[in-house]
Amino acid sequence: MDTTEIPLPRVTPLTAPYWESLKKGVLSYQCCGHCKHAFLPPRTECPSCLQDNLSWKAASGKAKLISWVVFHIAYHKAFENKVPYNVAVVELEEGPRLISNVIRIQDAENLQIDQPLRLVIEQEGEFKVPRFEPNDAH
Amino acid sequence: MQERVVIAGIGNTDFGKLEGRSTISMNVEAVRKALQDAGIEKSSVDGLFVKFPTSSWEMMYGQKLAESLGIVPRIGGVWDQGGAANSSMIGYAYMAIEAGQCEVAVVCFADNPKTGSRNAYERAWGDDDVYGWFGTPSGYAMIARRHMQEFGTQSSQLGAIAVACRRHGAANPKAQLRKPLTIEEYQESRLIVAPLKRDDCCLVSDGGAAVVLMSASKAKELGVKKPVPVLGFGQGQTSWEVAQRPTLTSTAAAVSAQTAFKMAGLKPKDIDVAQLYDCFTIVPLMTLEDYGFCKKGEGGHFVEAGRVEIGGDLPINTAGGLLSETGMPGMQLVIEGVRQMRGEANLQVPGAKKCIISNQGGIMHTHSTLILGQ
Repeated sequence: MDTTEIPLPRVTPLTAPYWESLKKGVLSYQCCGHCKHAFLPPRTECPSCLQDNLSWKAASGKAKLISWVVFHIAYHKAFENKVPYNVAVVELEEGPRLISNVIRIQDAENLQIDQPLRLVIEQEGEFKVPRFEPNDAH
Repeated sequence: MQERVVIAGIGNTDFGKLEGRSTISMNVEAVRKALQDAGIEKSSVDGLFVKFPTSSWEMMYGQKLAESLGIVPRIGGVWDQGGAANSSMIGYAYMAIEAGQCEVAVVCFADNPKTGSRNAYERAWGDDDVYGWFGTPSGYAMIARRHMQEFGTQSSQLGAIAVACRRHGAANPKAQLRKPLTIEEYQESRLIVAPLKRDDCCLVSDGGAAVVLMSASKAKELGVKKPVPVLGFGQGQTSWEVAQRPTLTSTAAAVSAQTAFKMAGLKPKDIDVAQLYDCFTIVPLMTLEDYGFCKKGEGGHFVEAGRVEIGGDLPINTAGGLLSETGMPGMQLVIEGVRQMRGEANLQVPGAKKCIISNQGGIMHTHSTLILGQ
């Protein structure tokens, strides 16, 4: 059995609050105190108004599928036994977008753009990572 | 408008697997051939614009190349826009000539990802590797999927682009991949990152290519035999990463083309032949839409029934493009555009007078357009 581990996030002072929050079961995003722009990934200044008065907010977990792909080849040893697997661009209802995976589905080729998704936080090594399932999954 | 700038010479190495060749060596060969094609001496070159080798970034690469060429350019350097850089540098060289910063400019590029390192195309994208997000095809696949679902674009329509480029490449004795492709073979080719199949993806190639630019009057003075005027150019930058991009299905190619068409005083209907950056089949399809050859969402229909093949309404990539001639990021498209405008292309479009060329980089982050013509 291949024991190569999935590459885990390289936590920096900038991203630490994001991963800490997930460990507590909350997906968070940054919000600008000046212009209210909501975004991910973490930054030191708001890309909308350029101010640096940023705070973290909890996402509701409601989201939609912007697009997705299915990897049939592995670029990293740890994914060799996972192909075919999907990677998706997901938009949170608060606005921020992130890369993730859609889980609890039969066949990724049957997904639809803009379909509603909801957050599922999963364990990956010592991290908790945000993944998403279709709203009608059970 | 001031005096026109022309492409006075073109040159390139062989394409494919060039074992043991350094990027400097390939650049020097390409420049030597471009100067020979222009019929000028290297001593007249006073501008050197270089796209650094994609697979290995080096400080002061432009100076290393200038030293190997034995020239001391007044103006020059290395430009980074990924695959848009070659076309963009032709625009910068044009502006430098117009502003009196140089008289004769060389624009060149060489890389050896085939026999060297492909890491630049296979790397992870930051912390998103935890989700398995790697490589270059995946970003284009993300865009292609959205386009297919939003507009009903079919796999067979992406295939029509691959079939056209492979047909043109098969006829090109210098092409790296000379095997024509049927739509049935395309449909059976294996999935790489769905919805993209192997035959949606460009080649990986070693090689170098160069062009020489100067004003029309300088070309006359130096006895250049086949100058091809640059009629217009433009750029556009989409900037956002794929995950953050507000819309996935249109790009700044539209802005780039508007700028170029305005400068040239032309419209899409005036164009006879197009050399469109085809790192993945979805790219020329979206470029045709963003350039205004058809409406947004109609690119799939536009490329059907051989319309973009030689003999069709708008032949594209008449030497095979990145899918068949060489995976080189862009300069081969400029060189084929020049050959078409000289009337000496291998698959010459009869009577072609205007050619549009697109270059683009990153995952459709950067875009650059050139219009050549007589």
